[in-house]
Amino acid sequence: MLYSLIIGIALLLVGIFAMLTQKNLIKIILGFSIADTGVHIIIVSLGYLKDKTAPIIDSAVQASEAASKVVDPIPSALVLTAIVIGLAVTAVMLSFVVEMYRKNKSLNINDYQELKW
Amino acid sequence: MSSIIIIVLGIIMLGAAFITIYLKNLVAAIISAGVISLLASVIYLVLGSPDVAMTEASIGSALTTVIFLFALNKLRKENKND
Amino acid sequence: MIKNVLVVLALLGLLVMFLPIVNNFQERSELSELATDYVNGSIKDLNSPNVVTSVIVTYRGLDTLGEVTVLFLATLAVGFLLKKKALKTEKKEATENLKTTSTFLAALVMVLGIYIFSHGHLTPGGGFQGGVIIASGFLLLILADINLKINHTIIQLVESFSGVFYVIIGAVGLVLTIGFLNSRIIPLGEFGNLFSAGSIPIIYSLIGLKVGAELTNIIDTMEGE
Repeated sequence: MLYSLIIGIALLLVGIFAMLTQKNLIKIILGFSIADTGVHIIIVSLGYLKDKTAPIIDSAVQASEAASKVVDPIPSALVLTAIVIGLAVTAVMLSFVVEMYRKNKSLNINDYQELKW
Repeated sequence: MSSIIIIVLGIIMLGAAFITIYLKNLVAAIISAGVISLLASVIYLVLGSPDVAMTEASIGSALTTVIFLFALNKLRKENKND
Repeated sequence: MIKNVLVVLALLGLLVMFLPIVNNFQERSELSELATDYVNGSIKDLNSPNVVTSVIVTYRGLDTLGEVTVLFLATLAVGFLLKKKALKTEKKEATENLKTTSTFLAALVMVLGIYIFSHGHLTPGGGFQGGVIIASGFLLLILADINLKINHTIIQLVESFSGVFYVIIGAVGLVLTIGFLNSRIIPLGEFGNLFSAGSIPIIYSLIGLKVGAELTNIIDTMEGE
């Protein structure tokens, strides 16, 4: 519905703002995680139909008229994959941060300027 | 009724997101990011997808917080062993 | 100061790009054609009450294979980057209360995980959720400092064999010329039984074991020592 779409867009913008303005490396990765959650809320809220129920067929939804009583199942399947991949990417990013800290002993992103020209 | 639930939870989520950015204590910031995932799981249930709600509650709220705290622990041990 | 103003301007530009979606948003009142096909096909052809499960395992099965591959690569990357052992610090021994309670609770949590991934086609849930719950059972054991001597080798063997069997089951569909990862290679049972819906419970159980083993590896590597 409309309200969850607005919430998803707001979370995405807050996450990108955190990634652009914070100096601590851990806060940048937290901003990435918040933006990821926002995008997933946007996708799931586009698949909601008004006053219909979850796509599982049991005594509440009879088999013969199921297609007119369930919410769209396709965005749920896409978001399930995306949540697991988001966790995997966050784990790899955190292990990069641990390696970077071993080299330079600092969590401030202004100390890693070797690639700037 | 479900609109009211979504609006109230959304306001709390946006508050928690701003707290995550502006807190100085890192452990508190990590836990408030876990709170955002937990409330998102309730929104998924109101929007009619119980599978996504289960996945987000277990992965986003539990495992992501644990992985962040383990990484922070490793950083502190590196700092102490100089 | 000027940097903050530029950042806010960029975010306002992104918001303006999202405005047409919000303005033209109308809630649909009936399913699209593809979704109706999937729902009806899941009831009649595949005999599986959970429509999301049949979409993930059968209709978009190749995406699930790709996702399992991405998780495997992430485990590999974390294990490669964090291999230098941190120096041992003083650690307090876990108390007796914690050890006993954790052993008891971890067994219950793992039984719940096995229930969830084996009933993936009947109730909400499935392979990924059950795998994550099994990984949190192992997390309890790691946090309470209980050393299981069978730890690493068996978990790696379980992960490798689950992945190989998943691809072999998909290839059986190719051999019988009905398509890769088609789940009708085993006779469909009655609607709503545990052993129905073709090879969907078998594939989901393999995915559940594989995801649980991989996440346990990630957590163990990040905990160090």
